[in-house]
Amino acid sequence: MTRYIIRRLLWGVALLVIVCAVTFVLFRVLPTGNPAILRAGRDPQPKLVKEIERVLGLNKPLLVQFWNYLKEVFLHFNLGYSYATSQSVRSLIAERLPATLSLTLGAAVLWIVAGLGVGIISALRRHSLADRVAMGISLVLISAPEFWLGLIFLYVFASDIGQFKILPGAGSYVGITSDPWKWFTSLIMPWIVLASGSAAVYARLMRASLSETMREDYIRTARAKGLAERQVVRHGVRAAINPLITLFGLEVGVLLGGAVLVETVFNIPGIGRLNYQAIQSSNFPVTQGTVLLAAMFVIVANIVVDIAYAYLDPRVRYQ
Amino acid sequence: MVFPSEDGVVRAVDGITYEVHGGRTLGIVGESGSGKTVSSLTTLGLTRREGARISGRIVFEGKDLLTLGEEELRAVRGNDIAMIFQDPLSSLHPLYRVGRQLVETVRAHGDVSKQQARQRAIELLGLVGIPDPARRVDSFPHEFSGGMRQRAMIAMALANEPKLLIADEPTTALDVTVQAQILALMERLQRELGMAIVMITHDLGVVAEMADEIAVMYAGRIVERASAARIFAAPEHPYTWGLLKSIPRLDGPREAELVPIPGTPPSLISPPSGCHFHPRCPYSQPEHERVDPALEPLAGEPGHQVACLLQADVRARLWRRLAAGGTPAQALAEVGQQGERA
Repeated sequence: MTRYIIRRLLWGVALLVIVCAVTFVLFRVLPTGNPAILRAGRDPQPKLVKEIERVLGLNKPLLVQFWNYLKEVFLHFNLGYSYATSQSVRSLIAERLPATLSLTLGAAVLWIVAGLGVGIISALRRHSLADRVAMGISLVLISAPEFWLGLIFLYVFASDIGQFKILPGAGSYVGITSDPWKWFTSLIMPWIVLASGSAAVYARLMRASLSETMREDYIRTARAKGLAERQVVRHGVRAAINPLITLFGLEVGVLLGGAVLVETVFNIPGIGRLNYQAIQSSNFPVTQGTVLLAAMFVIVANIVVDIAYAYLDPRVRYQ
Repeated sequence: MVFPSEDGVVRAVDGITYEVHGGRTLGIVGESGSGKTVSSLTTLGLTRREGARISGRIVFEGKDLLTLGEEELRAVRGNDIAMIFQDPLSSLHPLYRVGRQLVETVRAHGDVSKQQARQRAIELLGLVGIPDPARRVDSFPHEFSGGMRQRAMIAMALANEPKLLIADEPTTALDVTVQAQILALMERLQRELGMAIVMITHDLGVVAEMADEIAVMYAGRIVERASAARIFAAPEHPYTWGLLKSIPRLDGPREAELVPIPGTPPSLISPPSGCHFHPRCPYSQPEHERVDPALEPLAGEPGHQVACLLQADVRARLWRRLAAGGTPAQALAEVGQQGERA
């Protein structure tokens, strides 16, 4: 088991290097704009542009730039400095991490609770009205992009532009330490919007998985033993949940991708919006830092899921 | 008992009657799809949720189980009446420890602490012959062998000392040597606990030693019922003959061939007219396609009932020839000649 974990962690590091390389190539070979020109003012002088390129290290060969970047990241945990403000990317990320964690962790809780809850009810009352309505809504939510859903929510519920002014709208986010209640209410809509897609996927998967396990022989055994129906369902859920756990790691990635859009729509000062702004202004170090962080989250989530799986399914043993 | 299905209405079990008393064993024998399992699941109310229409009575200690509410029936299941199934691997929850599955059975029917229930679980595993039960109680089902799993299933069924144990093909998924062990175990436990057993099987060999009485089922009906000794010594129904001729016997003539029953069990959605067995019966007469035989006691043998349209003396002569090692065709030819002579 220990050897397995070590191997997985080494693979994770290798994956991070690959992610670095891909983002490096994506943004420098196919850049959204030349950062030196963007910084050189309204009427850029070629000399000034050259000078800025030298300062930012953009004049060196690409491979040298990549090597220097990797060295800084993996040896000094230094993600570079923002082209726009010269702040270190590490401190930029640290500043915005609480907002993103508030958003994603809350959404993850909502995703799992709502997804599994709806899935279980649907599976136990298959073809009922509740099941049909739930599955219909889930199909809509899976199909709806976060930015669209976010705008709809703002249009309907936001206290400034909404038709029913019940929830704080875009730009109302405050840190949990400064005002917990305002923090909570300002995140209700972002949580719902961010969780909806994953929750809908989970609801549908749970419905399918539980419908299947409820036909298993061991469910018949549980009934034949005289267990209460509630316990019988617990037997089913325990077995039905395993295939969904494998997907958890992947859904974390989807969730982080969605966070970029949700933070942008709701104007939440998190890593997602940082990433969005960095892409728009060709701020390579910030883009790479945020992408790397997200990749790390996904890789760690997947390793945790695989290790957890060995405990959740005793038949699985890793070598 | 009638089920709706995608292809039509399934008449899974039709007009069957049997009874079993404490300390005795009833064997229900028939091919796959003859309604053996459905009738036993119905006893425990486990077919209720599938939209089945059930009529009749299932009387257990004076109570009609069909009229009980779900909660009353739950109190009977696993407590007064327990059941074990064919495939012990799929019948045990793969992700729960064996001990936990035993503990919850004990606790479902009594106000027992977790510690006490665990002690009881260890005791039960010892009772069914699992070595080192105090350690194996924490094993998962996949860590058990097939025989041990079925022992664990039996332990679970016995957790609350049921008065009736329904065993649905308990040995079919097991090796032959393990089969014998499991049957011996069930016999020993029956002696010790005095429970009644209904043993459902397609294998006459399995019930030969254990059953006191045997009911042979075909297409959702009982076609013959008698004491086990009578079924093996003087069977009356051509289907029972077919079952007997299709298993090897040590005491029969060595050169006797095994004769399979031709054809397949009929659809229960549109069963054959008349005697349901007539399409596969080598001795059927044209009128058997129209007349539906009733299960009636034999003259002079009230404990032996059969549903067959053949004349009693014809049946006796046919079986004599078959028992001596003849094929159905030979038996038919001989009886036919005798019939002409007579």
